[in-house]
Amino acid sequence: MLMGNPNVGKSVVFSRLTGVHVIASNYPGTTVSYTRGFMKVGEERAEVIDVPGTYTLEPTSEAEKIALRMLDTGDVVINVVDATNLERNLYLTLQLLEKNIPLVVALNIWDDTEHRGIHIDLDKLREFLGVPVIPTSAITGQGIKRLVASLSEANSPTTSPRSRDERWTAIGDIIDQVQHITHRHHTWLERLEDASVKPITGAIIALTVLGVTFLVVRFIGESLIGYVLDPLFNNVWAPVILKLSNLMGATGLFHGVLIGKIAGGEVNFVESFGLLTTGLYVPLAMVLPYIFSFYLVLGLLEDTGYLPRLAVLMDTIMHRLGLHGYAIIPSLLGLGCNVPAVLATRILESKRERFIAATLISIAVPCAALQAMIFGLVGGRGVQYVAIVYGSLFIVWIVLGVILNRLVRGFSPELLIEMPPYRLPPWRTVLQKLWMRVYGFLGEAIPIILGAVLAINILHLLGVFNAIANFTAPVVTGLLGLPREAVTAIVIGFLRKDLALGMLAPLALSAEQLVVGSVVLAMFFPCIATFVVLLRELGVVGILKAVGIMIVAALVVGGILNLIL
Amino acid sequence: MPDGKQVILARMKTGRSGTVVRIEGGRGLVNRLSALGVRPGRRITKVGSMFMRGPVTIQLGSAQVAVGFGMANKIIVELD
Repeated sequence: MLMGNPNVGKSVVFSRLTGVHVIASNYPGTTVSYTRGFMKVGEERAEVIDVPGTYTLEPTSEAEKIALRMLDTGDVVINVVDATNLERNLYLTLQLLEKNIPLVVALNIWDDTEHRGIHIDLDKLREFLGVPVIPTSAITGQGIKRLVASLSEANSPTTSPRSRDERWTAIGDIIDQVQHITHRHHTWLERLEDASVKPITGAIIALTVLGVTFLVVRFIGESLIGYVLDPLFNNVWAPVILKLSNLMGATGLFHGVLIGKIAGGEVNFVESFGLLTTGLYVPLAMVLPYIFSFYLVLGLLEDTGYLPRLAVLMDTIMHRLGLHGYAIIPSLLGLGCNVPAVLATRILESKRERFIAATLISIAVPCAALQAMIFGLVGGRGVQYVAIVYGSLFIVWIVLGVILNRLVRGFSPELLIEMPPYRLPPWRTVLQKLWMRVYGFLGEAIPIILGAVLAINILHLLGVFNAIANFTAPVVTGLLGLPREAVTAIVIGFLRKDLALGMLAPLALSAEQLVVGSVVLAMFFPCIATFVVLLRELGVVGILKAVGIMIVAALVVGGILNLIL
Repeated sequence: MPDGKQVILARMKTGRSGTVVRIEGGRGLVNRLSALGVRPGRRITKVGSMFMRGPVTIQLGSAQVAVGFGMANKIIVELD
């Protein structure tokens, strides 16, 4: 079992030990749940568990509670310690020693101590703690073999429980004798760290970072679509589809399901709605490029250590929404996918904050897949319409946050977080994370999209959509100003919102209607994957409230947009 | 030698250093702060503060911690 303070590199050590890849970033609270993996110790297979970081054995957040529950199930604890921050890390080490569980200390980030002017006397530290202490550098893999070898020497020297002050006194003694710090000059990264948390320079840095992020994501996404995927589909795949269509006689049930509608000898991949046309084009050529570019840039941003500083900058604004600054991190993750974003709300301390954050994310933060479709479809009508969609969602996020802050009882605790040092992102973890997230998208999205395309075709044949359309016509046409058929998109939005937006494409909507449709789809109901995590994280009562808010908010905002556009 | 002048962290000037002398809060607050290394006797330097009662960032050894404004109002520092 791996235990340690947040952001000391437990997840990287875990990947090194087991070969199982978990997402690791440079900010406290990346891991909010546990992951199991296996490693070989001599001839034996041992289970390794990566748990969320915790500063003490008295939990303050949901993620820390999970860490504590896991502690009782472990045989040996590898206490991962940040060597550049020994004093604070030792507090947990002492608490773990008092629990009398066999312990090994991995003194991680060891490679950073030298240029920070920190000298640690390993032998003395071993003597004080009475357990093996192995210097490691998980990012480069240094010391991991020695760490594995030392597991057999893990022991629990008898330690009696101490009070908090006694522990700090003991740590003071250890630090005085073990650690020696020499003075050195500030590096340019440290100057940048300081500038990021000052009001004026901080705001300039934040605007630059967010602006560059947006431009780079769009540039990579659009380039991939324009130069790679569109040519591939139009020049290679389209002729294959046309041949197949001819072979099947261009009509019939199977033709409809596999290829869909073809008009004038040309394949319209967005509107034809067959398994082999729209079913592949939407996930691979419209959404995947943006998933790739978004997660590449997010991964870089996560690993530099910038995000917690953005949290400090945003803290005042977030308090108006009943949250504190750190809630900006789950919200940003939500721009990729709402599922990990809702899970990431576990880093927030109170139930109230978690409810507000999760509700706001699932209503007003569109995932990358939906955004890709917004760019693809709404963007074709003009950039100003995309701006209206984003502007509306942003206003909803703020207004709803302010309302929830008034309505939900309780108060929000204050921000208290550690700032990770800025680091140049290690390419290995960035690429590994990118691969995991892209692979996760392909594995989850493609089957659901194909299934949904199939379901759409079958339901169309059975006339189910027609029945629903008749039933909901007053709301959809009257309130939202959309054609009756648009309700099918809203229904399919429960499965995949990207595909649902695609269903609006063949309806010949005006740009204004497309804007209303996009905003309503983004807000209305969470997709099934998000629904499941919301249910798990908020409970039945919580999700009923959240869904109620969603439906009301979506109809109100959709109605307003319909009126003013 | 410290000149004995005590200020609230929230009102301390950016760039100044001092030693935490006490935390005027309940057990919960004291525990949370001390878990991050903010406790009486610790030397700190104020790195910056955000406008409109935003968080205060302090340097403790080689670590930086951001503290909400309300908490920063409860931390008493003796200036160097």
